Amino acid sequence: MQSPLRLERRLTQPKWLNWGVPLLSLLGALILGAVVLMATGKNPISVYMRILERGFASTDAFSRTLISATPYAFTGLAASVAFRMGLINIGGEGQLYLGTIGAAFAGIAFADQPTPIIIAAMIICGMLFGGFWASIVGVLKAKFSTNEIITSLMLNYIAAILLDYLIFNSKSYWRDPKSFGFPTGKRLVEGAYWYDMSFGPITVPFGFLVAIIAAGIVWFLYNRTRFGYEVSVIASSPSAARYAGIRTRWKIITVMSLSGALAGLGGASDVGDFRHVLDSKGVQIAGYGYTGIVVAALARLNPISAIFVAVFLGGLSNAGYALQGPDFPSGLVGTLQGLILFTAVAGEILTRYRIKRQTHVAEGASS
Amino acid sequence: MNNNILVIILASGVFYGTPIFFAALGELFTERSGVLNLGVEGMMLMGGVSAVWASQHIPGSSWFVVLCSILIGAFAGSLVAALHAFLCITLRTNQTVAGLSITIFAGGLGLSSYFANVWDVASESVKHPIRILNPAGLSDAPIVGPIIFHQTILTYLSWVLCGLSLIYLFRTRTGLKLRAVGESPQTADAMGINVVKYRYIHTILGGALAGIGGTYYSLTIVPQWVDGVTKGAGWIAIALVIFGFWRPDLTLLGAYLFGALQSLGLILKARNIEINGSLLDAMPFIMTVVVLVLVSGGWAHKRLQAPASLGVPYEREER
Repeated sequence: MQSPLRLERRLTQPKWLNWGVPLLSLLGALILGAVVLMATGKNPISVYMRILERGFASTDAFSRTLISATPYAFTGLAASVAFRMGLINIGGEGQLYLGTIGAAFAGIAFADQPTPIIIAAMIICGMLFGGFWASIVGVLKAKFSTNEIITSLMLNYIAAILLDYLIFNSKSYWRDPKSFGFPTGKRLVEGAYWYDMSFGPITVPFGFLVAIIAAGIVWFLYNRTRFGYEVSVIASSPSAARYAGIRTRWKIITVMSLSGALAGLGGASDVGDFRHVLDSKGVQIAGYGYTGIVVAALARLNPISAIFVAVFLGGLSNAGYALQGPDFPSGLVGTLQGLILFTAVAGEILTRYRIKRQTHVAEGASS
Repeated sequence: MNNNILVIILASGVFYGTPIFFAALGELFTERSGVLNLGVEGMMLMGGVSAVWASQHIPGSSWFVVLCSILIGAFAGSLVAALHAFLCITLRTNQTVAGLSITIFAGGLGLSSYFANVWDVASESVKHPIRILNPAGLSDAPIVGPIIFHQTILTYLSWVLCGLSLIYLFRTRTGLKLRAVGESPQTADAMGINVVKYRYIHTILGGALAGIGGTYYSLTIVPQWVDGVTKGAGWIAIALVIFGFWRPDLTLLGAYLFGALQSLGLILKARNIEINGSLLDAMPFIMTVVVLVLVSGGWAHKRLQAPASLGVPYEREER
């Protein structure tokens, strides 16, 4: 097996990789996406130009992009928090559903309170519900070392069935008793709508600010506290962590719950900022949780970068909604997101290896 | 007698379990070679959508079209698997993340949905579905009739494959080498086995089987294209491999158990038995978690473990 190129392990990680890898990944994804587009008879340049135009090019479009970006920021943070300890939580989707259930509950139950109290209650309930859902995975992992990838994913499907049950198959607290024909959830009172903040011509949803604050807290927690240090020890060597007396099992449960709480917060923001109702089908079609994984991978698990990546992917899907039609079919945005994830994953190789041209001298020197 | 509820449950267990078995058998081969493939769901969906396209566009007799659709479904699955193999084996990326990205890229919100739109396959029902056979006219025979003789060609194929894979894995030299690659690639390499080749072949084979599983959904169970038609079956298949202790025969039984669970809701509803439908729908997923907990802890974990090098990229330089 003679390949013209060979991989050589890097001993140090140069700084340029932190921004170089995501940028190269994006470029690679755009090129691969162009191949898919051309193979299906579309002009990639015009598709990309229209995405740029509808996602970012006007203040109006950018305001809408921020609405799409907000849930991605939360699920991206949720995924990063877990991945940094080596916990592959792909249950962000279901944890976000539970967050919408919790937040809608609080919004309905506290309807006659002043707005700040309703918002606080929605945030707390969303985080509690999402955190609880993820803690199931954490407890099973800690107690029985059950594979968290599969359990968290199974809980996504169970959460989806639970959502449908609350709206369509039962007379639950969330369902509007006055809805005839097609059942819907109870609409929240206007006092439960989250604020829209205006910065000049751009409207920023309140949830987006919460996401920025959450990213700051996560950054501090993981980079400046004993907790974060212990998490990184567990990530790099579980056995070393055990010898050092770090309570690994307890950390698994805590980090999973934290991750779920962040995803749940995304659900709360989805109800408070955007839908104002428990919308079973709408939130399921969006696929926020799975996109969160793309966000985390492209941000290289950095909470601050996750916010920027979320805005970028938010623009992509906002443009997708705006342009959806015969020459911009649904599934295109998901495909592009998948390609970005691919190239981000493949790009990680640059952080671990140097690519060298194969020569006999190099081979002799490396052995 | 064939109206007995137990017979119906067993017959639907086989009917709905068959695609899960195909996907799980594929994953079994892949994992035996030491590669973890979490992209099964995406490969099934790509297989499913390509098979529907083939079924609508290939001219010819029904049998010929069905055969071509199955082959094209398998081919589409194996193409996606080749991508996974490239990421995991050649680029040595994290196999978990690579598999996830495959499912996100190809899955219900991604490429399979895009192709379905571009090819416009969802607008009409499938012209040549894979029909239920009635070999030897025995489908009315008591008990065995519905269970064994009221199935599609793919079910019979799956039984043949189950037997062949048992022989392959445990009775042939190549199978032994495959297991060696999964357990200890360093040793296998020292024995002169081409680790990279074994891993590529079995990952691609796994994708082909997943593609056939997806084809069963879009050409037999539904039979029409719906985005995300497999509804998590790919993930259940991954769990089944663990449940089946990486053995084809146990995996087959597990697949039928899950097939029966999936159909239980429909069967009870048809008999007007009052039961919470949502709970029944959630049953396969709840059971997957329960089963995983059972096989993760306790004696099972110690006795029958995963291939030792599962999920670990092989780097030849680091000997």
